[in-house]
Amino acid sequence: MSDVMVRAEGVHKRYGANEVLRGITLSVNRGQVMCLLGPSGSGKSTFLRCINHLEQINAGRLSVDGELVGYREGNGKLYELHERDVARKRREIGMVFQSFNLFPHMTALENVTLAQTQVLKRSREQADRRARELLDRVGLTDKCDQHPVALSGGQQQRVAIARALAMDPKLMLFDEPTSALDPELVGDVLDVMRDLAKSGMTMIVVTHEIGFAREVADTVVFMDGGVVVESGPPAEVLGAPKHERTRSFLAKVL
Amino acid sequence: MGDIELTPSSPERPDDIKAVPVRRYGRWIAALIVLLFSASFVRFVIADSAMKWNIIGQYLFDPRITAAVVRVVYLAALSMVIGVALGVILAVMRLSPSPILKTVSWIYIFVFRGTPLLVQITFWYNIAALFPLPHRLIDIGIPFGPALVHPNANQLITIFVAAVLGLGFNEGAYMAEIVRAGIISVPEGQTEAAASLGMSRLQIMRRIVLPQAMRVILPPTGNEFISMLKNTSLAQVIAYAELYFVAEDIASVNFDVPQLLIVISIWYLALTSVAYVGQYFLERKAGQGYSRSQNATMRERWLAVGSGRR
Repeated sequence: MSDVMVRAEGVHKRYGANEVLRGITLSVNRGQVMCLLGPSGSGKSTFLRCINHLEQINAGRLSVDGELVGYREGNGKLYELHERDVARKRREIGMVFQSFNLFPHMTALENVTLAQTQVLKRSREQADRRARELLDRVGLTDKCDQHPVALSGGQQQRVAIARALAMDPKLMLFDEPTSALDPELVGDVLDVMRDLAKSGMTMIVVTHEIGFAREVADTVVFMDGGVVVESGPPAEVLGAPKHERTRSFLAKVL
Repeated sequence: MGDIELTPSSPERPDDIKAVPVRRYGRWIAALIVLLFSASFVRFVIADSAMKWNIIGQYLFDPRITAAVVRVVYLAALSMVIGVALGVILAVMRLSPSPILKTVSWIYIFVFRGTPLLVQITFWYNIAALFPLPHRLIDIGIPFGPALVHPNANQLITIFVAAVLGLGFNEGAYMAEIVRAGIISVPEGQTEAAASLGMSRLQIMRRIVLPQAMRVILPPTGNEFISMLKNTSLAQVIAYAELYFVAEDIASVNFDVPQLLIVISIWYLALTSVAYVGQYFLERKAGQGYSRSQNATMRERWLAVGSGRR
């Protein structure tokens, strides 16, 4: 078992003529937390979505836990993966979205149990138990039977985290998880993520929360214009940035 | 800072304003005119016209009429089931990435929505003429391959079957557009969230997209069902004994045409009223999770309307 969970080599992604990712090379080790920073339009969300194949890359290589994303390699050729296999790999990667994307027609509990019974074929009791355990862990014990509309943004996002964790993922992707939240609700979500990081989960977090990155991240990556401008430990990238672009971005954000 | 008083100056609620309302004379005159015309119409119908009221009462529960009501409900319900099933299939085909499935669905909708329902019903009734004599057998089996069964077209396509095919296939084209609108109304984030949990395309459609699309699909579907109840009357062209056909049959003997038309109109209104109530409950179920104050019952809503709060 290799130590590398996610490896990207020269990853390119374009929409028509618009080149969004122009050669991303980076790696995330098992149990590590990487924070992706950068101005909007820098490609950080797109890169995150490539990791669980919500977006298809156009060039380069991208692998999770030693296996290529979206393809299978054999006798020097790449074969596109069947939808079934893509789905099987996705279940091992949890994703949390900026806009929560909870299922509005289900209660918080049903949101967390659905994929457990549908995808992992757990029994209703098993799924229920696991869901209550997770909702308890994110501090929403008493919200199990509420529909998302009755929850605050911060509570919805914590349900979304529980929903992703219910699949027992080996990697968690966070796409600006606190950007749509009122300032006073951000803290609760970051607390949950901090605990998750402490428990040893491998995490890639696209965020504008510099304080969180400084405290929790093992590696901070600063992206701009579809390339990695700078990466390293938070003390270096955030404390003593080498590039002018990083410095000017941090000056505006902090 | 010290100047701003944070506590309310008086703990009691002040008296409501009492003012003399504006006199709206135009509104009164308009209401008076409408009332006058309505009264004269009602007077004509009740007192002056030759309407034989007792005939309406006499035929309202005539066994021939009530049997036709049952047939109407049966025909409408069966055709609607076919229409909805076809609609879902056609909508999914229309939204599929395959250009062939997309085109076939488009052509179906184009043809069945673009030709009169009356023509379609008559066409299905006469379809047997397209199958070769002497036995008019229909080969049903694998396309271009062996046929598995050979029913006789005249026996298979009865009047009832022709009516169901005509109404159901036509409904499928309309339902396809309604279902498609419902599916595309569900935000893409929902599909992405479900996909990121490892759910398959079918699971996502069944568990995530369609249940949410229902909220958009149900109101126009209720409309469609009400249209369907009334459109069953078109089956009279192929001599299906639905309400209109039976009413005309009775009237051809006793010549009480207006009275019998009122009899069947009362029945159509009764059927559509039941459909309204059904639609209300289905919509309430589909609306779960969309509004914080969704739990108002029908009774509470009526009370709210009565007291002018909405």
